[in-house]
Amino acid sequence: MTSFPLQISRPIHPTGIWNWITTIDHKKIGILYGVSAFILFIIGGIEAMLMRAQLASSNLKIIDPELYNQLFTMHGTTMIFLAIMPMGAAFFNYLIPLQIGARDVAFPRLNAFSYWTFLAGAIILNASWFLGGAPNAGWFGYAPITGKAYNVGHGIDFWIISLQVLGIASLAAAFNFIVTIINMRAPGMTFSRLPVFTWMSFITAILLVLAFPVITVALIELQFDRFYGTNFFITSAGGNPILWQHLFWVFGHPEVYILILPAMGIVSEILPTFSKKPLFGYPVVILSGIIIGFMGWMVWSHHMFTVGLGPVANSVFALTTMAIAIPTGVKIFNWLGTLWKGSLTLNTPMLYAIGFILTFTIGGISGVMHSQAASDAQQQDTYFIVAHIHYVLFGGSLIAILGGIYYWFPKFTGRMYDEKMGKLGFYAFFIAMQITFFPMHFTGLNGMPRRIYTYGSEYGWDFWNLISTIGVLLLAISMVIFIYNIVSSWIGGEKASGDPWDARTLEWSISSPPPEYNFAVIPTIEYRDDWWEKKMLGKTSEEITSDDVHLPQPSYWPFIASLGLLIAGFGIILSIPVAILGASITMIGVYAWSFEPVNDPH
Amino acid sequence: MSEPNNHSTHEDTTTGLNHRKLLMWAFLGSDCMFFASLIATYLVYKGKSVTGPDPIDLFSIPVTSVSTFVLLMSSMSMVLAYAALTKGSLKGFRVWMLSTAIMGMTFLGFQVFEFRDFTVNEVKISCEENSPKYIELESKLSSKQKSDYKKQCADGIEEAHVEFGMTPRTNLFGTTFFVLTGFHGAHVTLGVIWLLSLFFYSFKRGAVSAERHLDVDLAALYWHFVDIVWIVIFTVVYLFGVYEGF
Amino acid sequence: MFSLYKKILFITKSAKNIFLALPLLLLLLTLGCSSKDPQSTFDTLGPVSELQLELFYILFWVGLVVFILVAVAVFYIILKYRAKPDDSIPEQIHGNTKLEIIWTVIPILLIIGIAIPSVQAIFASSKPDSKYTNNNLTIDAVGKQWWFEFEYPEYGLITANEVHIPVGEAVTIKLHSQDVLHSFWVPKLAGKVDMVPNNDNHLWLQADEPGIYYGHCAEFCGQAHALMRFKLIAETREEFEAWISHQKTNAWTSSDPLAQEGMEIFMSRDAGCYACHTIQGTDKAKGNQGPNLTHFASRTHFAAGILENNQENLRKWLKEPDKVKPGNLMAKNAAVYNGTSDSLTEQEISALVAFLRSLQ
Repeated sequence: MTSFPLQISRPIHPTGIWNWITTIDHKKIGILYGVSAFILFIIGGIEAMLMRAQLASSNLKIIDPELYNQLFTMHGTTMIFLAIMPMGAAFFNYLIPLQIGARDVAFPRLNAFSYWTFLAGAIILNASWFLGGAPNAGWFGYAPITGKAYNVGHGIDFWIISLQVLGIASLAAAFNFIVTIINMRAPGMTFSRLPVFTWMSFITAILLVLAFPVITVALIELQFDRFYGTNFFITSAGGNPILWQHLFWVFGHPEVYILILPAMGIVSEILPTFSKKPLFGYPVVILSGIIIGFMGWMVWSHHMFTVGLGPVANSVFALTTMAIAIPTGVKIFNWLGTLWKGSLTLNTPMLYAIGFILTFTIGGISGVMHSQAASDAQQQDTYFIVAHIHYVLFGGSLIAILGGIYYWFPKFTGRMYDEKMGKLGFYAFFIAMQITFFPMHFTGLNGMPRRIYTYGSEYGWDFWNLISTIGVLLLAISMVIFIYNIVSSWIGGEKASGDPWDARTLEWSISSPPPEYNFAVIPTIEYRDDWWEKKMLGKTSEEITSDDVHLPQPSYWPFIASLGLLIAGFGIILSIPVAILGASITMIGVYAWSFEPVNDPH
Repeated sequence: MSEPNNHSTHEDTTTGLNHRKLLMWAFLGSDCMFFASLIATYLVYKGKSVTGPDPIDLFSIPVTSVSTFVLLMSSMSMVLAYAALTKGSLKGFRVWMLSTAIMGMTFLGFQVFEFRDFTVNEVKISCEENSPKYIELESKLSSKQKSDYKKQCADGIEEAHVEFGMTPRTNLFGTTFFVLTGFHGAHVTLGVIWLLSLFFYSFKRGAVSAERHLDVDLAALYWHFVDIVWIVIFTVVYLFGVYEGF
Repeated sequence: MFSLYKKILFITKSAKNIFLALPLLLLLLTLGCSSKDPQSTFDTLGPVSELQLELFYILFWVGLVVFILVAVAVFYIILKYRAKPDDSIPEQIHGNTKLEIIWTVIPILLIIGIAIPSVQAIFASSKPDSKYTNNNLTIDAVGKQWWFEFEYPEYGLITANEVHIPVGEAVTIKLHSQDVLHSFWVPKLAGKVDMVPNNDNHLWLQADEPGIYYGHCAEFCGQAHALMRFKLIAETREEFEAWISHQKTNAWTSSDPLAQEGMEIFMSRDAGCYACHTIQGTDKAKGNQGPNLTHFASRTHFAAGILENNQENLRKWLKEPDKVKPGNLMAKNAAVYNGTSDSLTEQEISALVAFLRSLQ
């Protein structure tokens, strides 16, 4: 087994950059995911601020139209694929093994590969700024404007290739988490005792596994059209632009739930902890998550109500879309039930979670409005939709993620954040968010289309656009407060105990930050909210440490395989020999990896 | 957490299933959606090509039936290879494994032959006035092909050989057909490489054994999946393409 | 109105009342948008947009009630159950089947209640029923990067960026696209329907009042998407018919020498305008890349509805079209603009302006 010619000595770097590059510890990978995604989130935010500057008033000439188109394309793609999804992945990585009582994920090296491949995709996409211009056809890339006939530069090529690379990363991660959750639960951790966050992550991973291949195929078709002259979306050859829309949204709608379900999971962890009560209606919350995940496949055409599918198809998709509001509503009521009669501690994570309930409710209500195909014809592709998506993704996914960062901050870093600053940051964020996005409802209903770089003064859109722009500035300030709090607390915060919140789930039963092996002894689970119940019964045992746990050892190969993908990605667009070089590096990486034992023999 | 133990049938996991086997099933579920999307694209564009050729102008069902049969048989020999291994017969394993791989390669050979055949396809159209063949094909021929026909006939020959080939660029049928069957072919190629690796690996002492049957089991799962996908493609693309009434 | 905005913003700033401000802001939705702005979806002047607005209001009020209930519940709970120093561990309630059934069934009933008008509206807005005056007027609208072409097939008439319809009649507009996706939208009259190459769509609308309505392309279509607009002019049946018969005549009759000079430039090889534009009644100008200019001077706006049709704007446009409408194909393809031939002189521009202004 060990005679593979490329066998090189095992990386042993207890600290430093090589430690991070070769690590296969799910906690470190989680932190890598989180930090990278946050940096990309800031980049996406700056793109949004530039757009808001241009729209602050009518007829401004700050950003030219071509750049504006690149900005909104990159903003959307970055926020969805490079910020919110990987922030979700950061939580999956760090928390799932801790919540199910495992020492790592099922495939630790595949996990490292997922992260580095995600980073490769992010680099490829953002490199387009410097290599002839970023993609400019929107995050949805509707055919045929993405075709060579209307889009000659390399921007779209970078967009296609980076999404393909990110697809590989997401799929690898999703496979890994599915296997981990099914197969690595501690004894007694049945599916009816699984923490809600892990449950929602499980549904998310299944959605990912089934949804991503669809966008992969759509992108392959587009890529072949652009690179090899095939006819998929070439209208003169009979190609149909609506096919792209179907493929894109068959992926795209489950993708919406991929973004929101982890957030719902986070909120379902925070609320019980700070209410000192178990989650109200645990089975119902889980079931509604499953129903949302399932029904997410039956509503995609509500993104296409104005495409001309006909009244029958529009009615069907209107009805399924309305129906999906039911499990969503049930979740909200159960969260309220969790708070009810509790003993509520309104600290920072709790405020974010409550903020989530309120803003997500608004986003959900405007979502039901869009399900009305007839009146949606007035709202589709206007700022009303922009308001809606930001209420669900920014005021939904992101607000929960920020709350989650605060909630698990002691666990991640072993230190406490500054509570006062945290609350200040929350209020600033929450108010700024309403100021930014709420007026978009007005401009949208006042007839302002999306994706326009300028508008005339006669339309009456100036006032609310200015308010939105002011809101973005406030949002930026709130994010500065957030970042300052996180960074300064990480460096010099008060030391945190293993269970600072008197919380309920298993990750709080170990020290903060957890030891490399997580659990010295794999726990045996007897209850839902096992840690809490055992605390109540006084059944907790002294924390023990161990230096006798065999952990998977670090490896160079996942990094090298991803590096090859990075090189190949650039190569496909710019130079075939480079692509071959990259592919070869990946193959060597994967081959060597498959021959390298997880642990060296002792 | 250590990598699951390959050496015993009982796994130290929550469900008792091996990690890698679960991974394989998850992957196959994902791959199903991949092929479903490609097949959906094919079906959406069926009959929508602006110019010829159409399936009926190219497909030869008897030939493709042979290659389909070969691929189906390879699944059987895969089962036999696995059975031989679990019974401890390394020799039997090698024989069946090699035959599986060879059948896979035969299938690929047919595919290469077929692809080439389609690209260089020609039709013979007689030069008589109102030739029935010409009338039949008129709507499918491109203007270049039509002028080629007229030019040839102007030379006074009886029958013109008109180029009527198909590449991925020719029309929607070409695009969707080559991309769908091409990706299936790529899957088969990967499978053949995997099978051959196992075959050669089996000459190394202890590398492939009854205890380590999971390695072969995974390859077999993949191979059967690729086989099933072909049955769908053969039905939807070839049979539905040629026989009316479907 | 403005003071109300200010008041609400003030309330929003005091953090404790923030949640109170939200429903107030929502209320503002009805007030804030019921303006007479040119693309307001609240200022409905046709049956289709009215129907759509009615449906919107149903959803809006239901949504508002739901939101207020949730928000009130959240605040009530936060205020009532906030942890006190002497709190013991609260009762560990795991759920309540009765409640779960109630809050599942109520939304289901609510959704069923909404579904009925919802589906009715979809069918009602898809084609005009018999209660509308319908003279079967059909107009073909073609989206092009970045302007709209309108054809009246029964009158053999093609025009650009301004579509005339008779008031009080149901009109069917067939939607096509020549290049990428576009969308046809006149907010005050009807919701949008996309213009998709290889897929012919249609919508119907009716203007209840005469006037000039604003239209906008509502599907991202490239660089100048923001500037792809049009005007819909609704007029009485008599005015409409007069317009039609005027449009059918040949416009070019001017004897003004400057306009004559402009015509010559228009038809010259150097400027090459004729290659892309049609002017009915001339031998040469038969192009169809750009808008049909036969009765250019009779239009209120030009350059896809972004500029008022006057001397000054026309000069600006002819001088530097790319400044006015970045990315437009004239600036890209015409020799006088893309640098392959000498630019137009001031004199030539004056002549062209005179010529175009003479095309009444």
